[in-house]
Amino acid sequence: MIPTWWPVTLSALLFGIGLFGLLSRRNAIAILMCIELMLNAANINLVAFSRAVTPQLLTGQVFAIFVMAIAAAEAAVGLAIVIALYRNRERIVVDEVDLLRW
Amino acid sequence: MLDLTPLIPALPLTGSALIASFGRRLPGQGAYLAIATLAAGWLISAGILWETLTHGAHAPHWERSIAWAPTGDTILRMGFALDGLGLAMLLVVTTVSLLVHIYSVGYMHGDPRYPRFFSFLQLFSASMLMLVLADNLLLLYISWELVGLSSYLLIGFWFQKPEAMRAAKKAFIVTRLGDIGLFLGLLTLFNAVGSVAFRDIFAAVDTHLATTMVSFTLPLIGKVVWPLAAVAAILIFFGAMGKSAQFPLHVWLPDAMEGPTPVSALIHAATMVAAGVYLVARMYPVFHYTDHGSVALAFVAGIGVVTALMAATIGLVMNDIKRVLAYSTVSQLGYMMMGLGVGGYTAGMFHLFTHAFFKAGLFLGSGSVIHGTGTQDIREMGGLARRMPHTYWTFLLATAALAGIFPFAGFWSKDEILLDAWLHMRWVFYAGLAGALLTAFYMGRLVIKTFLGEPRREDIHAHESPPVMTVPLWVLAFLSVTAGLVNTPWKPLFHHYVSFGHAQAPPFSLTIAAAGTAAAVLGLLGALAVYRWEWVSAATLRRTFHPLYVLFSNKWYVDEILYALLVKPLFAVCRAAFAFDRWVVDGVVNLVGWLGLVLSRIQGWLDRWVVDGLVNVVGYTVRAAGWLLTRLQTGLAQTNVLLAFAGLVALVWLLVYR
Repeated sequence: MIPTWWPVTLSALLFGIGLFGLLSRRNAIAILMCIELMLNAANINLVAFSRAVTPQLLTGQVFAIFVMAIAAAEAAVGLAIVIALYRNRERIVVDEVDLLRW
Repeated sequence: MLDLTPLIPALPLTGSALIASFGRRLPGQGAYLAIATLAAGWLISAGILWETLTHGAHAPHWERSIAWAPTGDTILRMGFALDGLGLAMLLVVTTVSLLVHIYSVGYMHGDPRYPRFFSFLQLFSASMLMLVLADNLLLLYISWELVGLSSYLLIGFWFQKPEAMRAAKKAFIVTRLGDIGLFLGLLTLFNAVGSVAFRDIFAAVDTHLATTMVSFTLPLIGKVVWPLAAVAAILIFFGAMGKSAQFPLHVWLPDAMEGPTPVSALIHAATMVAAGVYLVARMYPVFHYTDHGSVALAFVAGIGVVTALMAATIGLVMNDIKRVLAYSTVSQLGYMMMGLGVGGYTAGMFHLFTHAFFKAGLFLGSGSVIHGTGTQDIREMGGLARRMPHTYWTFLLATAALAGIFPFAGFWSKDEILLDAWLHMRWVFYAGLAGALLTAFYMGRLVIKTFLGEPRREDIHAHESPPVMTVPLWVLAFLSVTAGLVNTPWKPLFHHYVSFGHAQAPPFSLTIAAAGTAAAVLGLLGALAVYRWEWVSAATLRRTFHPLYVLFSNKWYVDEILYALLVKPLFAVCRAAFAFDRWVVDGVVNLVGWLGLVLSRIQGWLDRWVVDGLVNVVGYTVRAAGWLLTRLQTGLAQTNVLLAFAGLVALVWLLVYR
């Protein structure tokens, strides 16, 4: 059985990459993809810890399924926003979307 | 009936307030209400008279008072009292006032301030009735000033006329001059007796007022030693001199004729000016503090004689119908004072009683003439007898009464004064006789020039006045004929009501009566000779007695002398006070103002730079902080996420390491 720290490390790496992408990318699609990365990093963590702490229960795995469902819904909403953005501006660069400013 | 007495002044007082408040909305613009209040007062007075008459013709004795302003040990009592003297005055005041009210309905018809006129008349009647009923000197003084005020208001009723305004002010100020004396007299008595009630004052006359001697120095006379009563009496008499237009304070009365004629009749002939005579009569125990030779009474008699003669001579040459009557009033008031001064208490008051009726009649008659012709100058009249028969006959009857023709009212009262003068002060008798002669002469002249002969101006179309004016005239004419009969030597009814001590009416003397009548007839014949039959023309008389004519027509220069002696020094004092005010008082005020200005400048600077500075610093700080924080608000989602993540890290760090 592989030690727990392997998947956790993988998860941390994925989350770091996702976070970096989320903060640095200007393309809205890329940002959505980064969010998916971070969610899946969390899923790996859930499964890994479930396996390590309560191997006889499937709580972590089931929770991961739920997260995937939510991620799918999130992607749908996110893409809809991106399309709306594109229709208005013909670009999907998030730098330019700063209407929430003071 | 006696207990209704307080209503007599209370009703007109209420009427005055009501008419002043809602005059225009009351029926007849308040005139009916005014007449009703006085009619009620007259009925009550007449009822009291009837009651006493049916109970043996004794003077009533009624008084009610309440504690007023208790200050320490001194408790002032205020109240009303009614005795024979008061009852006589009540009848005079209510009768004349009622008739004048009725007459005014016609005379003041169409005046823009009609309700106000009735409100003032009511105020006057109320004050005068209160004056008559007062049971103490203080209430009398208050009412005294109130009648003065209403007189002022009514003389100046047509205040758009500058002369009327000036006359009103003159009347008020000149009478105030006398009132100072009255007030000092009041204080003297209060100081000596400790009470202002007439009862207490009179009780104190024998115990100490007559015996306490006061010595002081008078200008022109030197050091004198008088009993306190004499001092108080003379001080009080100054008040009476002002109100009753006695020399030298008579100057206001002729000018007061600027007021509406009903006012002249009511206030400046029949009632208010008689208040001075009433005051002397009311305070008679103080004046008459000793049976042999009172300084105060001698003073009263002397002033009375001077006034009676001086005013009569001026009356000879006046050409304004109302002014002739005004000087006649002054003269007759002098006559009353004369009567009181020689000890004829009943005689003086009796003359007041009869005079009120015939003088009111004369004034209302003159008002009717003025109403009918539109002029007051007798040189422009003449021949009015045919045009205004009612006015003529009533005027003639009242003139006969004033001249003292038997058996008209004036005869009986004048005769009684002359009789008392003959018995007590012989020289006053001769002066009185001369006064009677002059009175008859100027009244004859007035009647002849006004009513007889041919009209002197064709453009005046005289017309008789309406019945609302002629009916009061006839009532007064009737009273002028009959009022004297209440005190004939055979049936001295008036004497039962108004007498001092237990004095008996002096025995009738045919000689005196004949002398008085002779003087009156002589005067009338003289007037006829000059103005009707023209045996001697008036112009010749004027030329022959030119210095006298100048003296009389300039009213003995009393106005001018008073001006030089009183008004000018007063103006000098005023000017000095004004200078003091301007340079010293204003200087101090300005200095204070300037200091205030400087202080406020300093304070303003502090406020602007220190207080406001602090506030501004706070404001600037907040603004700067806000500006810094706005830098965080980029509006970019990524910045928000970054910050959220930073916050998460910080929270985790806090949770784990703290």
